[in-house]
Amino acid sequence: MREKRLIKVRDLSIGFGKGPALIRDINFDVNCGETLALVGESGSGKTQTCRAILRILPKAARIHSGTAILSSPTGGCDLLSLSERELGDIRGDRISMIFQEPMHSLSPMHKIGAQVSEVLCLHRGHSKRSAKQEVLQSFARVGFPDPERVYRSYPFEISGGMRQRAMIAMAIIAKPDLLIADEPTTALDVTTQAQVLGLIKDLQQETGMAVILVTHDLGVVANAADKVVVMRKGRIMESGSVAEVIDDPAHGYTRQLIAAAPVIPHEANPSCARTIEDPILQLQNVSKSFDLRGGGFMSKGGLVKAVRGVNFTIGRGKTFAIVGESGSGKSTVAQIALGARAPDTGGIIRFWPENGATPLEVQTLEPEEKRRFQRQAQMVFQDPFSSLSPRMQVIDTLTEPLEIHNIGIRRERQDRAVELLEQVGLSPSMLRRFPHAFSGGQRQRLSIARALALRPSLLVCDEPTSALDLSVQAQVLELLEDIRDRMALSYLFISHDLAVVARIADEVAVMRRGQIVEQAAPDVLFTAPKHPYTKALIAACLEPSVCQKIDLDAVATGAGNPQSWPEEYRFKDMIAPELVETDPGHFVRVAL
Amino acid sequence: MPIIRFAVFRFLSMLGTLVVVSALVFFIMNLPPGDYLSNLISELRATGQESGIAKVEFLRHEYALDQPLWKQYLIWMGFYPGPHGFSGIVQGDFGWSFEFDKPVAEIVGDALWMTVLVNVAAILFVYMVALPLGVLAAAKSKTWVDYTSAFVGYLGLATPNFLLALILFYYGHKYFNLPIGGLMAPEYEGEPMSMGKVNSILLHLIIPTFVIGTSGAAAMMQRLRANLLDELSKPYVDTARAKGVPPVRAILKYPLRVAFNPFVADIGNLLPSLISGSVLVSVVLGLQTIGPALLTALKSQDQFLAGFILLFVAALTLIGTMVSDVLLMLLDPRIRYGGRDR
Repeated sequence: MREKRLIKVRDLSIGFGKGPALIRDINFDVNCGETLALVGESGSGKTQTCRAILRILPKAARIHSGTAILSSPTGGCDLLSLSERELGDIRGDRISMIFQEPMHSLSPMHKIGAQVSEVLCLHRGHSKRSAKQEVLQSFARVGFPDPERVYRSYPFEISGGMRQRAMIAMAIIAKPDLLIADEPTTALDVTTQAQVLGLIKDLQQETGMAVILVTHDLGVVANAADKVVVMRKGRIMESGSVAEVIDDPAHGYTRQLIAAAPVIPHEANPSCARTIEDPILQLQNVSKSFDLRGGGFMSKGGLVKAVRGVNFTIGRGKTFAIVGESGSGKSTVAQIALGARAPDTGGIIRFWPENGATPLEVQTLEPEEKRRFQRQAQMVFQDPFSSLSPRMQVIDTLTEPLEIHNIGIRRERQDRAVELLEQVGLSPSMLRRFPHAFSGGQRQRLSIARALALRPSLLVCDEPTSALDLSVQAQVLELLEDIRDRMALSYLFISHDLAVVARIADEVAVMRRGQIVEQAAPDVLFTAPKHPYTKALIAACLEPSVCQKIDLDAVATGAGNPQSWPEEYRFKDMIAPELVETDPGHFVRVAL
Repeated sequence: MPIIRFAVFRFLSMLGTLVVVSALVFFIMNLPPGDYLSNLISELRATGQESGIAKVEFLRHEYALDQPLWKQYLIWMGFYPGPHGFSGIVQGDFGWSFEFDKPVAEIVGDALWMTVLVNVAAILFVYMVALPLGVLAAAKSKTWVDYTSAFVGYLGLATPNFLLALILFYYGHKYFNLPIGGLMAPEYEGEPMSMGKVNSILLHLIIPTFVIGTSGAAAMMQRLRANLLDELSKPYVDTARAKGVPPVRAILKYPLRVAFNPFVADIGNLLPSLISGSVLVSVVLGLQTIGPALLTALKSQDQFLAGFILLFVAALTLIGTMVSDVLLMLLDPRIRYGGRDR
C-alpha cells in the first residue's frame, strides 16, 4: 500500500522584522496517519516552523518563501498563500493545534464546554446545544471520568494535565487530518506526560490522523514518533525514520543531543548500606500544613498538609535528592530545610556547621543566628531567567550577598566576584554585563556563583536544570558535581527528573503527596524499585532509544489511586503504611 | 445565591465605610478655628450690630453648635438627640444652610439629581469612547490608528477642562447652535418635567459631558489598550485562532473579556475624579450641579451644607465601587468561583 501524502513543506524560510531569514530551507513531508517529530533545543526554530503551517506566528515574523501543500480529495492548496478567511476554514477543521502551556491555552473566562463546542459551531454549523452531545463524547474519549462536570467547569477549576486533555479534546473534535502538537507534555509531570502521549497515539490509531510533534525530548520522540526532523539554529540537521536517526545518528549534532540526554542506569551496582557518620543536615518529623482560604467570604477553608512527617539525614559532602511530581511537597521541604519556612510544631531541623560540632536547631534560631545559618546554607533556583535581577550587573549580583553580610571591603568583594566567575567556568571579563547578555546555561552558572559567594557548606538546588536545554543541562550538572567535590559541598537536590537525579545523587527519596514513599541509593532505587509509585515514575521516564517503549499500564497503576496498588502498599483508613527498611539502606512505605 | 450574599455583604460594609467617612468629613471641616455663626457674631460685634447677636446665639443653640464637637457630630448624623430630638442625616433632616438661610435640602434638592445626571452621562461617555478606541488601538498597535488615538487621547488629558469648555462653547454655539451655559433653557427652570424640558436638558448636557469625560476617556482608553495588548499575546488567543475563529471575533470574544476587568473595576475610581473635576467645570459652565454650592459652602464654613455635599459625593463613590465589585463578580468566574470546591 502506497502511503498517502498529507502535507508537503518545501523551502520554508521565516525571518523576523526586516532581518534576514533565521529559519531556512525547511523541507519535510507528513503522510496520513504518521507522526513526525520536530526536535531541537530552544531557539532551533521548531516551534515557529510548525506554527508557520497554520500561520499562527508572532507579529514580527515574516514568511519569506516556501510552500506548504495540504492535499485534499479535490487537489491541494498552499497553506502559506491562502487568504486569512480561507485559512480560517482549515484551522480547527482539517488541521488543529495543541500548545505547550496547558495553564494558559484556554480562556479563563469561558467554560470548557463552550470553548470546545465552538469548534463544531464554527466548522460544522452546529448550535451549542446540538454540539453538546459530541463534546461530551470527546471528553469521555480523552479520559475525563465525568464529562458533564468538565463541560460546566472553568479551566482554573481543573489541573494542568486535565486542561491538556481538554485541549486535546478540542483539537480532535472535528476529526482533523493533521494535529500539530507543540511541546504538548513539557509542562506536565512525567506520569501525566506518559498518559497524554498514550492518548494521542490511541486517537491516532482510531481516526488515522497525522501528527506533527514538536519537542526537545528525545525520549518522547523515540516513544511516539515514526519520523524525525532534527533542527538547530533554524536549519534541518538530519531527518529520517526514528529508528535510523535515534539508533544510528548520522549527524554529529544528533549524536551530541542523544549523548546529553540523561538516562536511568539499567545495571545493578549495589553498594553497601551506609550509616551516616558525619551528617550536615537532618530533618526529623517535619510536617507543614497550610490554611486554605475558604470559598466565598466568611466560610472556613480547610487545612492542606503539604508535607507529612518527613525524616532524612544528609551526610557531609553528599547529595541527597528528593524526587516528586508537582504538588508532592518537595519544594516546601527545601524551604523548610533552609529555614525560610517554619515547620509545624514538633518538626526538628538540625544543622551541623562542622564535623562533631553541636547541631543548630534551625526551627528555634533567633533572627541573628538565623542569618549566620543562612550564610552556610544557600539556594540555587529553578528559573535562571527570573532569579537574576535584570537591572544588576553581574558584579553587583555577585557582591550583594557579601555586602548584606558585611564581608570584606569593596576591593576584596570584587576579587571574590572574579574568583567566583572562574569557579563556575565563566570569564572575569563578563563582570560588567547584565543578565540579558547571557544564555540560560550561563545564567544558571551565575546563580550558582551567587549561591557560592558566602562560602556555604550546604546548597539547596531546587530543580536547577529543568529550565535548561539538554546539552546545557548536562554541563550544569557537571559543574555542580565538580564544585561539590572541589569545595566539599553538600547538596539537597530537588527534581522531578529521575534521570538527572540518577546521575548526581548519593541517596534518593521519592515523595508523593507530602510523604516519602521510598528512599534508597540511586542504583538500588532505579534497578530494584519496590513501591508502585516509584515504578510508575521510572516507567514514565522516556528514553531516547527505540527499543525501550513505555509501559503505560505500570504508569497508570502507580500514578493512580492508591487503591489500585498491590495490597501491601495500600492506604488503610486514608493512612499510608509506615516507612520501613526492607533492605539495608532501602526504605519503603509498605505493610509487612 | 453567593452573588446576593456578596452584594448584601458589600452593601453593609459600604454603610460602615460611609459612617467613618462622615466622621472624617465632619471633623476635618471643623479643624479650622471658628464656625460660620461665631464668625458672624464677631462680624456683628465689630460693626456694632449688637441686636443681631441674640438671633445668632439662638441659632447656635438651635443647631447645637454650643455642644462639644463629638456631640455635634452625633446630632448632625441623627445618632444623638439634639435640641429637637433625633433629627439628623439618618432621619432625612440635612440641616440648615446659614449662608443661604435656607434648609440644605432645599438648596441641593434639584442640584443633586443634576449632579448625578451629569456624572452618569460623563461615565457613559467615557465608556462609549474608550471601549472602541482602546480596542482599536490595541488591535492595530503601532500603526497610524494607534498613534492618532494616542495623540488625541494625550491632548484630551493635557488640556485643562475649563479651557476645553470655553473652546467648545464658542465653536459649539457658532457651528452647531449649541446652547451656552446652564443645564436647561431658563424658561424651564422650576417647571415640572416635560418633553421640552428633557430635550433642553439633553441638549445642554452635550458639552459638559464631553468636557468632564474627555480626560477620563483618554486615560481609560490607554489603560484598556495596555491591558488588551498584554492579553493579545497570551496562548489562549493562539488557541482561538487555531480553532479557526475569525480574527475580529477572536479579539472581541476572548482577550477583551479578560482585559475588561480593570475597565469595570475603574467605575469606582472614575466617579470621585469626575465629580471633583466637575466642580470647577460646573462653575465655569454655570451648571446647576452641587459643585458651585460646595465651593461657596466651603469658603464660608457653612458646615451643614458642605458636610452634606461631601457626604453625598462619598456615597456616590462608594456606590460606584460597590457596583463595580458586583459587576466584576458577575463578569469574572475566577472571582465568582475562586474558592469553589474542586
